[in-house]
Amino acid sequence: MVRLIVDTLLSQVRTLWLVFMKLFQKKDTVEYPDQQPYMFPRWRGRIILSRDPDGEERCVACNLCAVACPVDCIALQKGEMEDGRWYPEFFRINFSRCIMCGFCEEACPTNAIQLTPDFEMAEYVRQDMVWEKEDLLINGTGKYHDYNFYRVAGKKIEGKDKGEALNEAAPVDVRSLLP
Amino acid sequence: MAKIVIDGIEYEVNPNNNLLQECLSQGLDLPYFCWHPCMGSVGACRQCAVKQYRDTEDKEGMLVMACMTPASEGSIISVEDPQAKDMRERVIESLMISHPHDCPVCEEGGECHLQDMTLMSGHNYRRYDKKKVTHRNQYLGPFINHEMNRCITCYRCVRFYDDYAGGTDLSAQASHHHTYFGRHEEGVLESEFSGNLVEVCPTGVFTDKAFSSNYARKWDLQTAPSVCTGCAIGCNTTPGERYGSLRRIVNRYNSEINGYFICDRGRFGFDYVNSEERIEAPLARKEGQLAVVPKGQLQSAIDTFQGSDVIGIASPRASNESNFALRCLVGDENFYSGISDAEHEATQLILSLAKDSAFNAPSVRQIELADAVIIVGEDVTNVAPRIALALRQSVRNKAKELAEGCNIPQWQDAAVRELAQHDRSPLAILSSYATRLDDIASDIVIDSPTEIANIASAVANRISGHAPAASSDEASVAQIAAQLIEAKRPLVIAGSTSGSVSQLQAAANIARALNEKRGDVIDLCLLVSEVNTIGMSLLVNERNSLGAALEKISNGQTKKAIVLENDLYRRAAKQKIDEAFQKVEMLVIDQLPSATTAKASLVLPSTSFSEQESTYVNYEGRAQLSFQVHRNHAAALPAWRWLSDQQSGDIESLINRCAEEAKNFDKLDDLLPDLNQFVAGMKIPRQSHRYSGRTAMKANLNVHEPKQPVDDQSVMSFSMEGIPATKDSAVLGAAWSPAWNSNQSISKFQEEINGDLKQSHVGELLIERNETGSYLSLDQRPNNLNENLQVAVAYQIFGSDELSAKSNTIQERMTDAYVALSPKDAKSLDLNQGDSVSLDGNGNIAIACIRSKMKQGTVAVYCGDNDIDRHSLGTTIALSKVTEAKMKRGIQGLIVSDLCEEGY
Repeated sequence: MVRLIVDTLLSQVRTLWLVFMKLFQKKDTVEYPDQQPYMFPRWRGRIILSRDPDGEERCVACNLCAVACPVDCIALQKGEMEDGRWYPEFFRINFSRCIMCGFCEEACPTNAIQLTPDFEMAEYVRQDMVWEKEDLLINGTGKYHDYNFYRVAGKKIEGKDKGEALNEAAPVDVRSLLP
Repeated sequence: MAKIVIDGIEYEVNPNNNLLQECLSQGLDLPYFCWHPCMGSVGACRQCAVKQYRDTEDKEGMLVMACMTPASEGSIISVEDPQAKDMRERVIESLMISHPHDCPVCEEGGECHLQDMTLMSGHNYRRYDKKKVTHRNQYLGPFINHEMNRCITCYRCVRFYDDYAGGTDLSAQASHHHTYFGRHEEGVLESEFSGNLVEVCPTGVFTDKAFSSNYARKWDLQTAPSVCTGCAIGCNTTPGERYGSLRRIVNRYNSEINGYFICDRGRFGFDYVNSEERIEAPLARKEGQLAVVPKGQLQSAIDTFQGSDVIGIASPRASNESNFALRCLVGDENFYSGISDAEHEATQLILSLAKDSAFNAPSVRQIELADAVIIVGEDVTNVAPRIALALRQSVRNKAKELAEGCNIPQWQDAAVRELAQHDRSPLAILSSYATRLDDIASDIVIDSPTEIANIASAVANRISGHAPAASSDEASVAQIAAQLIEAKRPLVIAGSTSGSVSQLQAAANIARALNEKRGDVIDLCLLVSEVNTIGMSLLVNERNSLGAALEKISNGQTKKAIVLENDLYRRAAKQKIDEAFQKVEMLVIDQLPSATTAKASLVLPSTSFSEQESTYVNYEGRAQLSFQVHRNHAAALPAWRWLSDQQSGDIESLINRCAEEAKNFDKLDDLLPDLNQFVAGMKIPRQSHRYSGRTAMKANLNVHEPKQPVDDQSVMSFSMEGIPATKDSAVLGAAWSPAWNSNQSISKFQEEINGDLKQSHVGELLIERNETGSYLSLDQRPNNLNENLQVAVAYQIFGSDELSAKSNTIQERMTDAYVALSPKDAKSLDLNQGDSVSLDGNGNIAIACIRSKMKQGTVAVYCGDNDIDRHSLGTTIALSKVTEAKMKRGIQGLIVSDLCEEGY
């Protein structure tokens, strides 16, 4: 019985001592938002649409992100510019449904849609979590600096004729008899 | 049946087919490109390599092309053999060497046979590091986009366009890796079937231009099995909708009717559904103007059109249900036909012939089996285009017969064509002008409509002396008669659109004479002009013609009329209609504003073909069910719903009631899918399991997603959930099967290749043949032998159909009304090609179109999109040149073989 009482008291004292000693250790708590945490570059946060190195929209409205999305929170409509490029007439992400899985980024054949380390997306009104293309499109290349889809694709656009894409020969002259 | 062994498993197969076809029939996956179920094999792509063994002792085996090897008894093959697999992988690697990096910006992506086959063959990396071959594209008209870089030279396009559809302006050019598929110069693709290139091309060289401008991926389209409403054939289609607008129409396989192909009117003539001019709300006339009816007053406005003195005017482009609902509302006696009197008379004759046991109304598949054909007065290509395509196959029966004699299998396409050269089965065309089928015809007679009827009578008389006597000095009569008598399966084609009952009667006499002479049932194909002309006419009493209705109105016997989806200005002379409209108060139900809705006192908006579930009866009396694809977001209701009590009830009970009450319609309810087979009350989804954007597409309006709309009317649901179409569903919208995303997946749903679908309905033939008939005496209208020119009515595939002519894509190919006349007549009238001409001097203006093959003294009048009041024209007209007439489109787009280019 006496033993039990002594053990209990000692335990209390030990606990107090341990807690007291924590005062002299480095603090784990981050004073957010005054202090910003370090976010890893490949963190899957807020989704953006990027531009290619020439400053044109990268998204070609292929719809692969939308079909890959497990919660179906991406909707878009293909349009075609006068110069021959495909682009999304509208591009909408319902972030109140998004689960930041990153499948859209994996599916994107042009590196247009990318997930960023930004996670500060809370809103008081749920409707404000619906983002349109104007909200998503940034003025830069994002994580992938050099890729320009139309330099690789065979489709002709203004400023890049047939045969001028990467690894392409000049267009065939059908009327030629040469081998 | 033969027994063959594939990878150690024994299968029962048809020895008349090749191995590829039989492998696919057995549900095995074997990649291919150049083979097409409808076009046979040429062995061009080398993709379907399999290992064949001589006998069970043979362990080595040899690689063969499955599409070029017969499935003969005892064959032992292996699809899974590593060497065969390796060969297929290497073949596709070389096919892909110059394929561009285009998939994200290619309309074919996601339903691409090349993507599927690449994946199936296992190729994934381009090892070849030299440059890709590139090609320039061509402008091919408003229907088709050309992106030649994507070509893998399978030759399917030219095999379809030239060999199958008889086109002349698409060809393979240059050679080796420079091979180019295009026209000799840029320009509109002339064939009426050019749209099929989109489906025939296994990759994205030919894509749908109209669809591209309003694009969605295949998996994003909400689809349902539908029926084309462009003409009376009733081809099966799959329309696709996204974000509330109808995006495209593709072919839906039906073994009896359209098979794998539809015409360009059916494929591109739908976007009137998305038109901004659609009537969106009920309109009533207030102080001379049509204004939207306030909600509370609508029912009372509709109720004023009830009572025993209200007449109903039916419509050949409305469904059976709508016509039947109107008949129930106004009563049998007050229910009038909605087609012109001449057409009504012809259609009644067609219906009486449809009950005659001496004849058979051939389906499109049966038309392909005919080995001697006579066409009396019909321009098949422009009236019922899909039948023209079938006739192009029927003339190949000679080639098939020759091939059989030489022991060449039918699927050896190139060999069969080589063997036959230009040897064709006979096709005789009696017409008032040169038609688009003339290039395959054995006998062409171009004459005035009355003379055509006379020549056809002479043919009948030649076949059997019992037919009414007729004499003609036309030299080919004896030959045509002999061909029809000798044939294994002769076919007679005529119809109501020629505008001449006597031609129809003469054609029936030919068929009757053949029946008498040969003793078998004769294929008699009688064409009508619109999707449900037959269905409507079956519901209408014979004496209740439109003329009778107009007479009743002008007599003052009725003051109120309900006009169902019909512009009556297209059905009778303008003056007559104008007179009648002054004496009657009208309730008009329609989709788009027309000259008739402009005169109505109450206009109710109705849904289009893709917004309602309905049945239609085609030219052979075949009823087919067309499902609703998408919802109408305005106030439009199916016309039958406006006409039923309280706008309630469901389509199924209406169909059941129609089957019970309407004569000849007793099989209509067999079209409804059996509800008992559904598992746990699940419906069939209209959306694919990959349908995207469900939680975002309406999020801009409200982030709280609306409930998926419930369809309590149908066995289909507006949802992704339900019975998967690949397994148990009773209806099949867009075909899809694992690893088969393209339209080639249809083979997974067929009993065997080119057989019936496992889960679909080919329709029900409504009309029973149990009567016997006799020869008809020709009802030749007296010909006023004056200086005037005899009139034949001409049609155009793009323009003659009322609704498709409202579609933007079709409008780009339409021409103005024209008068085709012979060079001699033109000279005597001092007309040049392209001059404006006044018809009878009564305000009808058309363009002179001088055609070298026209008979002197006959003109063919094409009325445009009702630009000319056709019913006011007599059997003869006088032409005079006008100088100051402005035409909208001209006739530059006109595709005929005999246009005199001089001076144009």
